[in-house]
Amino acid sequence: MISVQTEDFQLEREYQRLIARDGAGAVVTFIGRVRDFASGDKTFLLQHYPGMTEKVLERIEQEAKARWSIIASTIIHRVGSLNIHDQIVFVGVSSKHRRDAFAACEYMIDILKTQAPFWKKEGQHWVEAKDSDQAAADAWLNADSWQALEKD
Amino acid sequence: MNNDIQIFYFANLADKLNCENEFFPLDSTPTTLAQLKEQLSERGTVWHELLGEASTRCAVNQAIATEDAILKRGDEVAFFPPVTGG
Repeated sequence: MISVQTEDFQLEREYQRLIARDGAGAVVTFIGRVRDFASGDKTFLLQHYPGMTEKVLERIEQEAKARWSIIASTIIHRVGSLNIHDQIVFVGVSSKHRRDAFAACEYMIDILKTQAPFWKKEGQHWVEAKDSDQAAADAWLNADSWQALEKD
Repeated sequence: MNNDIQIFYFANLADKLNCENEFFPLDSTPTTLAQLKEQLSERGTVWHELLGEASTRCAVNQAIATEDAILKRGDEVAFFPPVTGG
């Protein structure tokens, strides 16, 4: 399930959704929040590209499902005006065993951060992309090409 | 608007270009994304610099596209900086 929304989300409700189907022996969830940022102007804005965002999130979820044994998964990303310490993003995965849930959850947030068209604005300035985020995503993608090589 | 494509700009590109979206007429001959960028760059230095920046991303019909992508009327093109969500 994916959702791009202005409203907040509740961990407990999302958790219940992830364990609704039988067999969910493991659940891993990630929540990203607005940090304190050093600026007199405390406005925080999340812009996105409507349409493309949903397509990219759907694709990320499908890729994770193809790669790991997943029972249920959820990606929720908020947009619009937010405040310090507000929740921004939720990624949750349930699976039979923990390794699938841990890996799939980390994969989805790592790829989301470098491919889903969202942009953060803190006060008057647009946040710049971090090399470390790209490196984290590349690590998954390079691992993919190694797997492909091994199969050849 | 028959030969038009729609172009969207996001984040700092929208701010600096002072444009969030527009309709743009295509030439009759096939136009590549690279040619569209050239045409838009003729609008001035800011356009030239931002569209020429290596980090600027392009999407055609909501999928990341390369410079050789061929545009046709009704297409949706977007230019934006590296993403920073999550």
